[in-house]
Amino acid sequence: MRAAIVCAISAVLAVLSVLPAAAQSPTLDSVKKRGQLVCGVNTGLAGFAAPDDRGNWVGIDVDFCRAVAAAIFRDGTKVRFVPLNAKERFTALQSREVDILSRNTTWTMSRDTSLGLNFSGILYFDGQAFMVRRALGLKSANELKGASICVQSGTTNELNLADFFATRGLTYRPVVYERLVEVLGAYASGRCDAFTTDSSQLIAERTRLPDPDAHEVLPDLISKEPLGPAVRQGDAVWSNIVRWTLFALINAEELGVTQASVEADRESSNPEIRRLLGTEGDYGKGIGLDRDWAVSVLKAVGNYGESFERNLGQGSPLKIARGRNALWKDGGLMYAPPVR
Amino acid sequence: MGDAFKRWLMRKPWIDAAYDPNVRAVAFQLLLVLALVLVAVEIVLNTAANLQKQNIASGFGFLARTAGFDISQSLVPYTSKSSYGQAFLVGLTNTLLVAVLGIVLATVLGFTLGIARGSPNWLASRLALAYVEVVRNVPLLLQLLVWYVAVLRALPAPQEALALPAGVFVDKRGLHLPRVTLESGGTLLLLALLVSVIGAVWLWRTGKRTREEETVERDPVRLAVWALVVLLPVLALMIAGKTVAYPVLERFNHEGGLSIEPEFLALLIGLSTYTAAFIAEIVRAGLAGVPKGQREAAAALGLSRRHALRFVILPQALRIIIPPLTNQYLNLTKNSSLAVAIGYPDLVSVFSGTVLNQTGQAVEVILITMAVYLAISLATALTMNWFNARTAWAER
Repeated sequence: MRAAIVCAISAVLAVLSVLPAAAQSPTLDSVKKRGQLVCGVNTGLAGFAAPDDRGNWVGIDVDFCRAVAAAIFRDGTKVRFVPLNAKERFTALQSREVDILSRNTTWTMSRDTSLGLNFSGILYFDGQAFMVRRALGLKSANELKGASICVQSGTTNELNLADFFATRGLTYRPVVYERLVEVLGAYASGRCDAFTTDSSQLIAERTRLPDPDAHEVLPDLISKEPLGPAVRQGDAVWSNIVRWTLFALINAEELGVTQASVEADRESSNPEIRRLLGTEGDYGKGIGLDRDWAVSVLKAVGNYGESFERNLGQGSPLKIARGRNALWKDGGLMYAPPVR
Repeated sequence: MGDAFKRWLMRKPWIDAAYDPNVRAVAFQLLLVLALVLVAVEIVLNTAANLQKQNIASGFGFLARTAGFDISQSLVPYTSKSSYGQAFLVGLTNTLLVAVLGIVLATVLGFTLGIARGSPNWLASRLALAYVEVVRNVPLLLQLLVWYVAVLRALPAPQEALALPAGVFVDKRGLHLPRVTLESGGTLLLLALLVSVIGAVWLWRTGKRTREEETVERDPVRLAVWALVVLLPVLALMIAGKTVAYPVLERFNHEGGLSIEPEFLALLIGLSTYTAAFIAEIVRAGLAGVPKGQREAAAALGLSRRHALRFVILPQALRIIIPPLTNQYLNLTKNSSLAVAIGYPDLVSVFSGTVLNQTGQAVEVILITMAVYLAISLATALTMNWFNARTAWAER
């Protein structure tokens, strides 16, 4: 018995002494062992995460998952997508059902500090708006006094809606559903006068209505909705991998590195590009990845601008303008710290 | 010293006790309870420690924090400035409301159908049979969706609302009734209700009746009791100062009146029609369980079919009906949590839906929700057991 204990202890010590001191991440280890990244995404939101007609997941949130998978495995297809509704998402991340939550989720203080998770950055700067029937002839959300308003439960939208009407001293009738498809269905059938959620979602959901032109999104944005990926607290290396994958996408756009040019850009004369792509220095080491991890990321999904235009912008049916999601040097808010 | 201890140990009572099966049984039971308590404590401490380690908030302090969201229907005062605890109360009362009304409606409909099933009228019994077979064999969730999506959404928009008599409107947004507000007569009405209930019970208990009077329709005591229960409150309502606000169509909705949400209507109709099908079968079984001789004896005494059913068959059938009926009441209450599918703000939707998501405290919220359903079910079962004991055979 005693011999067995001594053996066990020495075995554990031996294993511990072999492990490298740098970049230890239980999440990264389990992802590598599994051979697949598990990513929590929306159950179906055009432009962010939705299955296409061949059953492949597409969208900017999905691209981000593929980018992280590419950073780890050099292969953007090694991802399993887990569709989650608003109510399930945080529990799924807390209980290790998913490795990342990339599901148009608003970064708020309470979520960042009391749910045992960390937001890794901002993938899309959004704001909450209202969609109404054009026939009502409304100019602003301030005219919605007494209206029935459809909203999804368990979202920041539900809270912003209450604040918006309470601060203006107006009454309204909330109609709350658990799933986005139920909210849209209720709005389409006339159960509600208005449908409120993040502006990008409204634009995406409008295309699914029988007669999109009969509906309009009101110009008022009633909240800040910074959407971004989240990971569990307590795994700093994993958090860094996710954060720097996002920064790599934004830096690549700023430096003009695209999906098509990335292979040739390895030999670029620009030192910033050479550092990003691992031709100079070894910045991947600190996050437990290869020297040229960013090359795999860009080969898999392209830079941030390419992913945006493909999923939300001019290359998509949604035709959302870059606006606040343009690079900082183009007057937007997208800004990433440098690789050096 | 050692010898004294040995002698004490060898004393007969101690050894007797150790070999006494009763003492052993109690000892082992105590050990088991102790082990269970230890396991429970370990589970609680372990969960708390793990939540702490993962930096997930825990504890019940969140109940006092501001909720920040609105709820479409509430029986207790509630605004977005209220606390999560008050949101819990809103969810709880909404669940109780739909459960209690559902039980009443399901019982009335179920008894009617069950009696119709045994009726000699071919059409009535076949219609009841068709109802039971169709309704109880389609999943409840589907039925709720049919009521909510197919039936209530097919109603007109508020601008083209159906106008019913007495200022009532029906549209996609629900049923809009005139709202009666009592101004000065509130206490008067309450007093009248109190007097009528106490008076009725007193009359029923002490009113002198002959045996024949008890079994015929023109029972003078029965008439007096009905008069007291119905007339007095109506009279009080008429005298009391009150205002009636009629629903008026404004820009988006009918305002001013009392609006009943379509989600509530769909859930109430769906739950009660579904449960009624099961109750009908229970009632049919109960009626069939009364020996044939009882029916024949009643007929031989000259009782009409109706009187035989009411005074001879049903009282005996109730003894068979009540235990399975309790199950149906419990099912209806628990099934009311399907409200979440059609957006009715019940306990599950408000508390273990929105509140859970806004606070992230899944363990506490789910524990409270489970405890509440357990408490409601146990209370229902206790009441029904008491009623069952009252109607059971007095064994001699």
